[in-house]
Amino acid sequence: MSALEEGPVTLADAPVRRLNMIEAINEALHLMMARDDSVVVFGEDVGYFGGVFRATAGLQKTFGKSRVFDTPINECGIIGAAVGMAAYGLRPVPEIQFADYIYPGYDQLVSEAARLRYRSAGEFIAPITVRSPFGGGIFGGQTHSQSPEALFTHVAGLKVVIPSTPHDAKGLLIAAIEDNDPVIFFEPKRIYNGPFNGYYDKPVEPWARHPDSEVPEGYYSIPLGKARIVREGEALTVLAYGTMIHVAEAVLAEKGVDAEIIDLRTLLPLDIETVKKSVEKTGKCLIVHEATRTGGFGGELSALVQEHCFYHLEAPIERVTGFDTPYPHSLEWAYFPGPVRIGEAVDRLLASGGRRAAPGGRNDAVRNG
Amino acid sequence: MADRPASSHSNRGNLPPLSLHVPEPPYRPGDPVDYSWLDIPPAGTAPRPDEACEAAETHPLCHGLIRVLDEDHRAVGAWDPRLDPETLRRMLRVMAMTRAFDDRMYRGQRQGKTSFYMKCTGEEATSVASAFALADDDMVFPSYRQQGILIARGYPIVEMINQIYSNRADKLKGRQLPIMYSSREHSFFTISGNLATQYPQAVGWAMASAIRGDTRIAASWIGEGSSAEGDAHAAFTFATVFNAPVVFNVVNNQWAISSFSGFAGGERATFAARAVGYGLAGLRVDGNDALAVYAAVRWAANRARANKGPTLIEHFTYRAEGHSTSDDPSQYRSAQEREEWPLGDPVMRLKRHLISLGEWSVEAHQAMDRELVEQVKAATKEAEKNGILGHGLHHPFHTMFEDVYEELPWHLKDQSEQAMHERRVKWPDWKET
Repeated sequence: MSALEEGPVTLADAPVRRLNMIEAINEALHLMMARDDSVVVFGEDVGYFGGVFRATAGLQKTFGKSRVFDTPINECGIIGAAVGMAAYGLRPVPEIQFADYIYPGYDQLVSEAARLRYRSAGEFIAPITVRSPFGGGIFGGQTHSQSPEALFTHVAGLKVVIPSTPHDAKGLLIAAIEDNDPVIFFEPKRIYNGPFNGYYDKPVEPWARHPDSEVPEGYYSIPLGKARIVREGEALTVLAYGTMIHVAEAVLAEKGVDAEIIDLRTLLPLDIETVKKSVEKTGKCLIVHEATRTGGFGGELSALVQEHCFYHLEAPIERVTGFDTPYPHSLEWAYFPGPVRIGEAVDRLLASGGRRAAPGGRNDAVRNG
Repeated sequence: MADRPASSHSNRGNLPPLSLHVPEPPYRPGDPVDYSWLDIPPAGTAPRPDEACEAAETHPLCHGLIRVLDEDHRAVGAWDPRLDPETLRRMLRVMAMTRAFDDRMYRGQRQGKTSFYMKCTGEEATSVASAFALADDDMVFPSYRQQGILIARGYPIVEMINQIYSNRADKLKGRQLPIMYSSREHSFFTISGNLATQYPQAVGWAMASAIRGDTRIAASWIGEGSSAEGDAHAAFTFATVFNAPVVFNVVNNQWAISSFSGFAGGERATFAARAVGYGLAGLRVDGNDALAVYAAVRWAANRARANKGPTLIEHFTYRAEGHSTSDDPSQYRSAQEREEWPLGDPVMRLKRHLISLGEWSVEAHQAMDRELVEQVKAATKEAEKNGILGHGLHHPFHTMFEDVYEELPWHLKDQSEQAMHERRVKWPDWKET
């Protein structure tokens, strides 16, 4: 699916370059800061240095120290200050250096940012975009590898967005900054520089060779709450986001399975229509995330799929996730939901049930008793 | 170390074993109370540094107590704000109104008109005199006991009661616990029940004001109890790092529900003294002395507005009533504390000052009190026309799902329909109005 088909994009003539994900995010920040002087960017090491992953490089030089600055190492203060700035009328885009560090700011996000609009009946809002690199696969150990998205999808009032390509990262970040509700924008740091596909023993392709590294110059936004069909297929539906899109894509390609891969892009609010349509078509559903299993977002997806598509399901829903342990440093690849774990789940799904002969077949028979 | 001999801890010769210190308040129920140990300097003795001074110059004041009203009800010393009698009478009136309002709302809760109420009896000066010292468009980030600010800023008390009753006229649509007001129009930030969260928010607002080259400042209030929260540390650090134009108020009313100030660190240092380590300007003020509170907040506000940085003010006062209507202080503290509190009653002290100036009288005060009681009564009746909690006159049902997000997402639409359905099952004739 190209950018030109989506939302308010009118970029037919915009030059397209190949960027990696960091460059795409950096470009979105430059663009939004230039378009809207209420946008401010701050966090640990984001100012002069430009961020430990370089996502904010050049911003301070371009927009000045009062709009782009370093902060104390205090996530409660970073998010708390963002809430106050939002109440003033700014549009803060704080960075939490690693998603693992977000917990000291959790109360400010969950009890404050997420509830301002509701508890003040719309008098105060929190148009804050919290950017934070998340996920593992970089030998970051247990405190630089976590995927805490489910801790935020459980919160009424927050939106949770996770891009999987440079193209999406730019368009989704622009939409997140423009959104008038607080958005948690998790950036899968394993794919900042290339679409890592889970085969950790093989070299990673750079983004430049991937079609979704084509990023139009200038402004475009990708609406929040809309999933992307990465690949159409008939055999089964894969629901995933972030790094796991590329892992699932590689495994299924290797196995030669005609899978439909859906990149959810926004976990909350979820694009249930796209999920429904796909699972109703394929009858089989594989959910993949890197986060720990129990209480993970996969559980919510699984429940939604069975609530909405039960009579179309031909096999039990499969969940492939990280294990319920902290992210282990030396055994990172044993933890990571890689090709073996995904491949076996695909095999189970394919072995189970079977293709429906036609609509109104087996499933309708089940429904009618 | 499970195999370590159990006796190994006593291997250090004649050192006595360690023991844990758990703070204990000086008085429990039934104890006679004697506050002679409290160090209360005479009024008028504290020096008043220049508003633009180095923060360190204020630090001796963190261990003293700024007092203006003396034993003879005169305003004395460098901190006397020299307010004109008309302003003093207005301040007295707002403080008396706050008390009259509290009394009525407390009774309303006892009569079942709402679920909850919190009085600020004895602490009226800490909010009312502060509000007088700030500009009306300075943004305040209050805790739950600063109703005096809203009243001082002219927020209609009937709207406060509508909120307390969570009725159909409640501007917050019945979503918030009573007294958790919000009024953007009055530069009064929405109150949170999670304590001290407003402190770093006030800093953020102040930073935004500085980023934008505005002239408005922010002010925030927490209790001494919640000064123990990490949010306070975050706020103090951010405020000094970015020289934010913010005034931090810590209302030290001695009690956080049943925990005395010792559980927030009050046994070892004053709360104002926290300013020292952060490089904040710090002031410690007699919180029952409206003129001292006004003078201290005005000093800090002028300092902030002149871009000279943030100030921490400890208001030393006493919570004369329970924490809330859900609390019974007779279970954990001596009833005599309130009677023996050496800094008196802020309303009475301001009243006597005005009388001593020849600008007020006992009769005028009695007449004002009667008038205020009537005013609150009338507002209560007016608000009751819009309903009281639990009597059906609430906001339309569907509003429960609004404002979670700017737009209603599909899952909330579904849940809203489910809620409507349940309603119709229970009351088949029900129609959303």
